[in-house]
Amino acid sequence: MAVLLLAEVAGDTLAVDATAKAATAGAKLGDVTVLVCGPQAAADEAAKLDGVTKVLLADDAAYANGLAENLADLIVSLAGDYSHIIAPATTTGKNILPRVAALLDVMVITDVTEVVDADTFKRPVYAGNAVQTVKSTDATKVISFRTSTFDAAGSTGSAAVETVSGAGDKGLSAFVEDKVVESDRPELTSAKIVVSGGRGVGSEENFAIIEALADKLGAAVGASRAAVDSGFAPNDQQVGQTGKVVAPDLYIACGISGAIQHLAGMKDSKVIVAINKDEEAPIFQVADFGLVADLFDAVPELTEKL
Amino acid sequence: MKVLVPVKRVIDYNVKVKVKADGTGVDLANVKMSMNPFDEISVEEAIRLKEAGIASEVVIVSIGEKKATDTIRNALAMGADRGILVTEDQGVDLEPLAVAKILAKVVEEEAPELVILGKQAIDNDMNATGQMLAALLGWGQATFASEVKIEDGKAVVTREVDGGLQTISVNLPAIVTTDLRLNEPRYASLPNIMKAKKKPLDEKTAADYGVDTTPRLTVVTTEEPTGRQAGIKVGSVDELIAKLKEGGLV
Repeated sequence: MAVLLLAEVAGDTLAVDATAKAATAGAKLGDVTVLVCGPQAAADEAAKLDGVTKVLLADDAAYANGLAENLADLIVSLAGDYSHIIAPATTTGKNILPRVAALLDVMVITDVTEVVDADTFKRPVYAGNAVQTVKSTDATKVISFRTSTFDAAGSTGSAAVETVSGAGDKGLSAFVEDKVVESDRPELTSAKIVVSGGRGVGSEENFAIIEALADKLGAAVGASRAAVDSGFAPNDQQVGQTGKVVAPDLYIACGISGAIQHLAGMKDSKVIVAINKDEEAPIFQVADFGLVADLFDAVPELTEKL
Repeated sequence: MKVLVPVKRVIDYNVKVKVKADGTGVDLANVKMSMNPFDEISVEEAIRLKEAGIASEVVIVSIGEKKATDTIRNALAMGADRGILVTEDQGVDLEPLAVAKILAKVVEEEAPELVILGKQAIDNDMNATGQMLAALLGWGQATFASEVKIEDGKAVVTREVDGGLQTISVNLPAIVTTDLRLNEPRYASLPNIMKAKKKPLDEKTAADYGVDTTPRLTVVTTEEPTGRQAGIKVGSVDELIAKLKEGGLV
């Protein structure tokens, strides 16, 4: 079995965590070739990942910025050599892989959490309220992997890097600009600790107390959909069915009731702490440590005493 | 400019999903069904484009069992102009590839310049139909939209991406898929619900379009996720810190 993994490239650098986790998933299926659409340095980084046998580098500007139309055509032009085409289930992977699958006339299998065998995979449905095991009958399997359920591959390898080129720019779409949030905090999906705020935080200004605790712990900041909907936090901090899925060592939920859609995004965290003044809040049913308290008292106190 | 909006009838957002004990799926008998929330956002966006004088007509299409008529009527009550129901009832959820193939045929007939879809349906959570439709049509795609502007034959779309926001421009005709913050869908007023009953609604079948909808994925089992046990309640911040230190977490 030969696997083609689309590396996650953020700006000019390899997103090592997401790519390394997808590499672990890919290694369960066969020899992993990584396709890096970015600069040489990103390809060199990918070549170090354990389990990777080859790196293909496409450094044409048409493949920068993750434009789906150009990238999907490039992947399809390489597809003949592979039984599986995979990517981490990032917004880039989610954007491109279904397009690749349709061009190959196969079904995409998204957000896979477990490899059963080369054709059979587990994935959550209904906001994680059910887990489906699906078996593909397609010749080529196109799969995105939920990174939170796979360990990152190590970086002790040294695969060869080959340059590939494709048809280039199809002229269907063009990059205008990125508004990337500049932050010194760790990236949400790979952080060891996540501190999240929900509707109970009450306002965008009040989110400062969530951020203060996060900074004290060197943690990433997350938010429930309710907090994002209310404008308290930006969407890229959203944890849940329609946002990001995280599984840190420690997840601290502040003023989050624990709607099913939120639990879908964090219930695989190793330890969950819930701080909520409503002792009936469903979040306490999944929390290892629950503290029934007003978050405006408890969170600053926690920040101060840690 | 004509805008086509595909909508899906799914289990209501607030319903607690129950997995059937025999592993064959989830229990959908007698549960409330509604329009997929992201599709509501798509309908709203299309109607706003019409109100802004950019769209000339908003056409709704739904594929599935006959009951999806209600979902289309709901979109018509919000302000869409007419509907198309494509019945295809295999007793299982149609896969995004099959849905995209049917939609591609509808697009051929209707010739819209913009198709707006929800980024994912909250039942299968697949997040694929829009991208697949764009591939089949050879169109550009702007997924996970938080802002859509139509100018000079292009859709300039700001997208919700992992690190923040990305803006791209896509030539029309194009596919846009909607994310949460694009807009807040309106409620249909009673007079508009009454009016919607008189709006045109065509009925077709998947067979009319000659599309093979045979599933490519076999669902082997559907199970309950492994549960998480509730832990303990702590009485104070100090006790919480002690527990976290015990576990080596802080």
